[in-house]
Amino acid sequence: MGTEFKESIHKAINNANLTGALAKFSEAYKVNRAKAYEGIDFEELRGRIADLKSYAASHLDELSDQFQQNAEACGATVFRATDPEKVREYILKVAQDNNVKTVVKSKSMATEEIHLNQYLEKAGIQVGETDLGEWIIQLAGQTPSHMVLPAIHMTKEDVAELFSKEVNERLTTDIPRLVKIAREKLRPKFLAADMGISGGNIAVAETGSIVLMTNEGNARLVTSLPKIHIALVGIEKLIEKYADVTTILKALPRSATAQLLTSYVSIITGPTPNPDGTIKNLHIILMDNRRSEMAADPKFKQALQCIRCASCLNVCPIFRLVGGHVFGKVYTGGIGTILTAWFDELKKSEDIQGLCIQCGACKDVCPGKIDIPDLIMEIRRRLVQEQGVPLLQKAIYAVVNNRKLFHGMLRAASIAGKPFTTGTFIRHLPLFLADLTDGRSLPAIAAEPFRDRFAKIKQPKGKEKVVFYAGCLIDFAYPEMGEAVVKVLNKAGIEVLFPEEQTCCGAPARYSGAYEVAETNAIDNIKALLSVDATYVISACPTCTVALAHEFISTFESVGQTGWLPKARELAAKTIDFSVLVKKLVDEGRLTLKEGQKLGKVTYHDSCHLKRTLKVSEQPRELLQRAGYEVTEMFECDTCCGMGGSYSLKLPEISAPILQRKLRNIKETGAPVVAMDCPGCVMQIRGGMDQDGAAIKVRHSVELLAEQLDI
Amino acid sequence: MMYEQFKSRAEGVSAEVHRFERKDTALNFMIEFLMKEGLADTPQTAALCAECGFLDERDRDVLKKLSGLKFDVTCEAASKARFGISQMDWALADTGSLAQNSSAIEQRLVSSLPTIHIALVPTSGILPDMPALLSRVHPKECAYLAMITGPSRTADIERVLTIGVHGPERLVIIFVDEFGGGN
Repeated sequence: MGTEFKESIHKAINNANLTGALAKFSEAYKVNRAKAYEGIDFEELRGRIADLKSYAASHLDELSDQFQQNAEACGATVFRATDPEKVREYILKVAQDNNVKTVVKSKSMATEEIHLNQYLEKAGIQVGETDLGEWIIQLAGQTPSHMVLPAIHMTKEDVAELFSKEVNERLTTDIPRLVKIAREKLRPKFLAADMGISGGNIAVAETGSIVLMTNEGNARLVTSLPKIHIALVGIEKLIEKYADVTTILKALPRSATAQLLTSYVSIITGPTPNPDGTIKNLHIILMDNRRSEMAADPKFKQALQCIRCASCLNVCPIFRLVGGHVFGKVYTGGIGTILTAWFDELKKSEDIQGLCIQCGACKDVCPGKIDIPDLIMEIRRRLVQEQGVPLLQKAIYAVVNNRKLFHGMLRAASIAGKPFTTGTFIRHLPLFLADLTDGRSLPAIAAEPFRDRFAKIKQPKGKEKVVFYAGCLIDFAYPEMGEAVVKVLNKAGIEVLFPEEQTCCGAPARYSGAYEVAETNAIDNIKALLSVDATYVISACPTCTVALAHEFISTFESVGQTGWLPKARELAAKTIDFSVLVKKLVDEGRLTLKEGQKLGKVTYHDSCHLKRTLKVSEQPRELLQRAGYEVTEMFECDTCCGMGGSYSLKLPEISAPILQRKLRNIKETGAPVVAMDCPGCVMQIRGGMDQDGAAIKVRHSVELLAEQLDI
Repeated sequence: MMYEQFKSRAEGVSAEVHRFERKDTALNFMIEFLMKEGLADTPQTAALCAECGFLDERDRDVLKKLSGLKFDVTCEAASKARFGISQMDWALADTGSLAQNSSAIEQRLVSSLPTIHIALVPTSGILPDMPALLSRVHPKECAYLAMITGPSRTADIERVLTIGVHGPERLVIIFVDEFGGGN
């Protein structure tokens, strides 16, 4: 990562106003959004949006033709352009042909995308933003930090300062008064403007209509008062049918601002009369700027399903720490990373793609059903393909791809790390974990890995056999978790098999974009795990489970490895998460826990991969309750702990505050124990608690359950 | 039922909702409201009324007697008026929105420039939701379909909800059950 980029992160994180405002906003947003969607089947709704937008993305040319035909039949002029330069030239020409001196604009990300304001101003045309947030940042000479709330990074003090200069009067921070000032200052601009420029929230091919939504009412004025109206619309806003407008309008305001509907919605189809009785000179520009290329890309076509609600920003644990400006000048947050890679260039996304911790929170709320984390991974993969892996990482992966060498080094580390061990924590791990930072202690590499301990476990011979996939953390750092898995399954009469050739699941490589490394890991594991006959392959690490159940397949698909696909599918079908299998065994009466235990309060942390990819959240809670624990929910129980595999190594400055927030939420429950189902989360949270000094036990559910087996 | 839903949703976004059985009582209420709010024939206190389908000649004659209320809608008059009066054709129960074919510029001027927008709405125009509206109003017959949900608002400064940015800061909705004539 570039130094400049790191500095921008540092600056943002240390801006208390910014992080404070964003944290408050993200908390309120979650509650309000849920309320706005009450009584609505969100999955059904977003399914329909994804379908209709995906259809549009596959028919961009046809829909553009149809839109042009219908809009022109109503009297609008439609201009279609691929290149931003052509769009700017066209707008300037219309302005100059009509002797335009001043322009008023309502908020449009497409105009930001092509940096239109600067261009027109260079040509001597005055451009006034009228959306309050956009006007504020225009006065401040900044760029929007959020697609819907462009000035969210600024305080009322900042705004009062800016407005004071505008009106030559010392203003206080009274917000209603500041808003009134904006109304008074901008009203004459609306009345005098020669041209209005808007974006378009939706463009309807069937009717040639554009749909505009605002809360302030500025789009109504921009499209009504000046004699010329230019609407700049990215072609991803096209939909086929007029009736489908309602589908998008049902989701967009709810997802964007948690409103049932924005204050104003205008559906404009052709020119209407101006205040002086003349007819509006209406131009609609359909801009491509690489959207067609995106539509032709089998992976990224999905991104055109975006309706620009910015909910992916609002739920992102990283965005709420660093804000929008770290992401760049135009599109920000999760979807912004993807749009920047395309509309700007792949290279521009090099740093910002690394901000994604892959927690999946955005994917859960996206009304366009876009798998944003997956697309960011794809950017990572393509960057690595283009530029290769950094040398140090390459050396690490060479090791990871050689199981014997890798495991040998981990064993060596257990000895080398010894002198630094304090209790079960050491300050610095050797090898590639050497950069791990403060704020969190790290586990010692176990003196005896699980694979060695396993051989010593005396198991009853069971009729049913299950393969245990340990993963690196359980194998080499937390072997006791593996022993607990065996104990629980044995109790249910199941014999556990542990094929020794199993190795790293490939997640670290994959999440760094090194898919070829992940591919080799996948093949080695498939060979090992399918080498013995068993009902299930069980894992107690959700990241590993996700690798086995989903990612081996998608890695093969991405790199064109078709030969191993059938075997990957076979493994996926057999893979099961620990808590799901155990819940099943308990429900079937094959496993009984001690009756009538009163074990007190426990709070449960949902691990990202378990909750959002594997969709498991109830089973572990029910098991803990069944064991005799009283589950007390913490605030933001399913928000990422900041571990994210090697993320905490690459961006410790972001990982640390996320962890601190998690620790605070855990402590506030008053529970003496926090349970979770991921050894990675245990490593992060246990390490944090150790440094924090709080007397709260951090346990994997399997350990808690193994203690409560009926004798 | 639909009225109750509309009322609660519209009030939820700070609109003021009233309902009258008869047109004359509704108009009396509006006149009282205008007087109370300081209608006068001076800039910033005037009212401007756009074409309302269900106001007949007699109604207009009554209103014309009010000093400060004008029917001649221009951009300049609208930008100076405190009150804008228009008839909104439909109301959407599930979002508390009003809707109108706003192709005529005067309809937009009176509902966007003044500080207070008074919307007269036939109770029979209440529809369940937006799909019901769009199935009735096709763009072929409506170049500018406007939906209005509560007064103008912003949260752009520190996310504090503030009413009345570029559009009206008050939206007063008056439903009339039996309007007779017109429309």
